[in-house]
Amino acid sequence: MNIVVNGQRITTQAASLSELLSEQGYGTAKVATAVNGTLAPASMRHEQKIADGDQIEIVAPMQGG
Amino acid sequence: MTIKFYDDEISSRFLIGTALYPSPAIMLEAIKASQAEIVTVSLRRESGTEQSGQNFWSFIKDSGAKVLPNTAGCKSVKEAVTTAHMAREIFETPWVKLEVIGEDDSLQPDIFGLVEAARILNEDGFQVFPYTTEDLVVAEKLITAGCEILMPWGAPIGSGRGLNNIYGLRSLRAHFPNIPLIVDAGIGLPSHAAAAMELGYDAVLLNTAVAKAGDPVLMAKAFALAIESGLQCYQADPIEKRDMAAPSTPVAGLPFWNQDHA
Repeated sequence: MNIVVNGQRITTQAASLSELLSEQGYGTAKVATAVNGTLAPASMRHEQKIADGDQIEIVAPMQGG
Repeated sequence: MTIKFYDDEISSRFLIGTALYPSPAIMLEAIKASQAEIVTVSLRRESGTEQSGQNFWSFIKDSGAKVLPNTAGCKSVKEAVTTAHMAREIFETPWVKLEVIGEDDSLQPDIFGLVEAARILNEDGFQVFPYTTEDLVVAEKLITAGCEILMPWGAPIGSGRGLNNIYGLRSLRAHFPNIPLIVDAGIGLPSHAAAAMELGYDAVLLNTAVAKAGDPVLMAKAFALAIESGLQCYQADPIEKRDMAAPSTPVAGLPFWNQDHA
């Protein structure tokens, strides 16, 4: 299916958000995730299904003012 | 003298940003020199292959500072609220420096979106530090929305212009004597920070003026001294300005005086 991750269109076989993170190489990285503009908590990533057309954000700590 | 930001007692009146430094090592040195207890951080998209955010996070943890996550760059209530939710999960803090930006050239807060986002986040258990203007009506609405701290701008972010509206900042201080007020943004020089503290502000938040200085570590020290100086000045109750001179040397007993000259 086709989804958008961090603004980039990708094709994925991942059924869940946790599978997507593994597939995309995040491993144990400290990240937060949102699906279609709403927080997808880390504790729910296994249950969070991915659907065609989903917009997914994966963010990490960064410098800020 | 400590100050309370929501449930936390804070000693340092200097909050410092973590962006724009020449290197992570200099950032850490500057944070140490600033004696700040609170550093601002942000969230950005992370690549699965590069994972640059992971290194940054280990540096920040090494600093031992409390983190104040921001929603910098968010232009809508929805973006700001979702970013705050992600920040709370990743940084494990209810604090959020709430920014809803309304205009690109000035990075002026969208005060309508700000109030709405603040209401949503306060109801959801966040402790909101709203980046706002010196507008009294907006300040009142933010407090009604649950904010227990206000962070008016000194000038546009990164401009280094200092305090653009001293009258407005003084009015805000006078109207809300019991709300912690932090001047956030626009500070360029230590004297600007001292001026904010002399107005009775409780703290100053800045980033660019230190990070982009030729010697960020030395500038962090300079700001720490200025902020402490301004705080002590305010606590010492400075004199009022007057239009005419008032001799400091006693006039009584002045030689050569006689009543014919009076």
